[in-house]
Amino acid sequence: MIERLRKPWPDHRAERTLGAVSLLVGVGVVAMVVFVAIRAWPLFEHNGLSWVLGGGDFEAEVNRMTAATTKPAAAVFHLRAWPLIYGTLITTAIAVVLGLTIAVLSSVFIVELAPARVRRIVIPMVRLLASVPSVIYGLIGILVLVPFVSNHLVTEHQKVSMQNVVQLTGGGLGVTAVILTVMITPIMIALICEALASVPPSWREGAVALGLNPLRAVRAVTLKAIRPAIVAAAVLATARALGEAVMIQMVSGGKTFSPRPGDGVVFFFEPLRTLASAIVDFREGVGSPALSAAVYGFALLLLFSAFALSVTGYLVKLPLRKYQTRG
Amino acid sequence: MSTLSPYAPEAGPPRGSSTGRRPSGRGRRSSPMTWRWSDRLVLAAAWIAGIGLCAIAGAIVLYMAYRGIQYLRPGLIFSRPQLSSDQAGSGGFLDPLLGTMLLTAIGILIALPLALASAVWIAEYGRGGRVNQSLARVVESSIEIVAGTPDIVIAIFGLAVFQLSLFAPFSFTAEGGGVYGRSFIAAGAMMSLLALPPVYAATRDGLQAVPGHMREAAFALGKTRITTIRRVLIPSARSNIATGVTLGISRIIGSTAIVLILLGSTLRIESQGSIPGVGLLRGTGSSLTSYIYENSPAGEGGAPQKAYAAAFLLLIFVLLLNLLVDRIGRAHADSSGLAPIGAVV
Repeated sequence: MIERLRKPWPDHRAERTLGAVSLLVGVGVVAMVVFVAIRAWPLFEHNGLSWVLGGGDFEAEVNRMTAATTKPAAAVFHLRAWPLIYGTLITTAIAVVLGLTIAVLSSVFIVELAPARVRRIVIPMVRLLASVPSVIYGLIGILVLVPFVSNHLVTEHQKVSMQNVVQLTGGGLGVTAVILTVMITPIMIALICEALASVPPSWREGAVALGLNPLRAVRAVTLKAIRPAIVAAAVLATARALGEAVMIQMVSGGKTFSPRPGDGVVFFFEPLRTLASAIVDFREGVGSPALSAAVYGFALLLLFSAFALSVTGYLVKLPLRKYQTRG
Repeated sequence: MSTLSPYAPEAGPPRGSSTGRRPSGRGRRSSPMTWRWSDRLVLAAAWIAGIGLCAIAGAIVLYMAYRGIQYLRPGLIFSRPQLSSDQAGSGGFLDPLLGTMLLTAIGILIALPLALASAVWIAEYGRGGRVNQSLARVVESSIEIVAGTPDIVIAIFGLAVFQLSLFAPFSFTAEGGGVYGRSFIAAGAMMSLLALPPVYAATRDGLQAVPGHMREAAFALGKTRITTIRRVLIPSARSNIATGVTLGISRIIGSTAIVLILLGSTLRIESQGSIPGVGLLRGTGSSLTSYIYENSPAGEGGAPQKAYAAAFLLLIFVLLLNLLVDRIGRAHADSSGLAPIGAVV
């Protein structure tokens, strides 16, 4: 057997074997959707699509699910998970908007403005930020930032006035959004820098020759040329932010609550839970059929969002290919 | 547009070639002092953003180093975790360290052949014939989907698969036949999905960078396609493959969600069954990431000092892997130095 493998293969057999192995990846993706969908089916069977809406008491519903026996009644499956979706959307939105601003500015800095010596320091630093594991971000968040916010930023008065609504422990929207921003900015910087570097220098030089200062030239010509890449970067970073689970679970306060923008500054101290962090929270509860269906339902929603976002990212980048610049 | 106004006072035409730092032909910089205040504001913001990111990265490393040097003792690395409510008595993280290595080994062992096969097939065979082309599109987009899937979803998928009674031999089984779907095999197999995209992307780029005349020379010598691939193309893409594997490893050792869900929450490595090697693979355990999580206030919360020590060790590994990518990457020219992040996305 080994001897036969050692001998040079005939080409057609090699081609077929390699092709079959590669198609395994495709099979895996289909299996992923099918398996998660089958496990999530009871949730859809009992709630339809309305489980993504609001109007229920999420924590009470989850407690009912956890307490249920192996053959739960249909009423147990009732779920309204809007607080999770709201939490996911709001953290992602804040992080992407903040991160995109920082990423565009620092990409221009890296590619166009920074002296070569500074650039040689900044690039490894950005790569370092991208490669720090999320649990370390979470650890710093929960041991450094959360106590700091609780001790220095949230006033006693705010804690007392919110006592009857939700307890302010320091962890919440603010800390989550800040750390999430730091985590997704390097991804955007990588994509934007690559696009910036691929714009022909003569375009910008032409603008400078017409009398623009270098910064205006970058803004008027280079950034305009790579707009699709900027959108694509934002889309991919959104996908990354949606799926962040462990860090958010650690620093978000661990309560299902919808932060209310009407509360002023307290808005940023209010706890929340996202779809991904809820999966980590309820990971021990998958023994209960109802809760397990709910957890798989969250995963299915995340899977489809990630899928839709990567299709969007691909479509957005199409115009870049037309200009022969890589995106 | 006002920016194109001929009266804009801020910049003259570039005059001749100065001794500028960038040989891009930009000419002498106009002094920012003569710019409009709004432009100066943007310039300042760009500098602040760039330097600020460096400061954050530096602060993270320095803080972790400070805590690490404070708490990390060689004894911790070589002693096993103990169940104890007291930080002094809860032992070290030998088991999590071994767990991380085992998961990395399993993940790379599964991911490498898959990624190599798909990259070779896409780059060398995927262009011939309509069927091949459409299948190649399928494979390419599946790998992109895998790359974009959050690791928590991959973990949940792994749980669904390995809880099937068909896969019961691969995982931790309760008394009475309940399948938990938790084991080193389950976690390692899902880790391979994390490592697959970077290895694939790096290998494909490496193969595409091999000049066509090397293939033609091999064909002219009477070599078959597959021999050319094995003897010429893969050896010349070796450094790319190494970069991809390194990126894959750093994704695996940093992943927490998969370990939390698929490896259970026992800190010690617990074998399942009596056969030594197989029992280990079927058993449960922990990795450095789950050790950090369990010892932080988010988990059991017992031992933040241990969590800091383990986190520092993990950060050192990540930094070393980063350096390794740099060293390997120097062999093949890299445009911005940020491409490794892009490969992971």
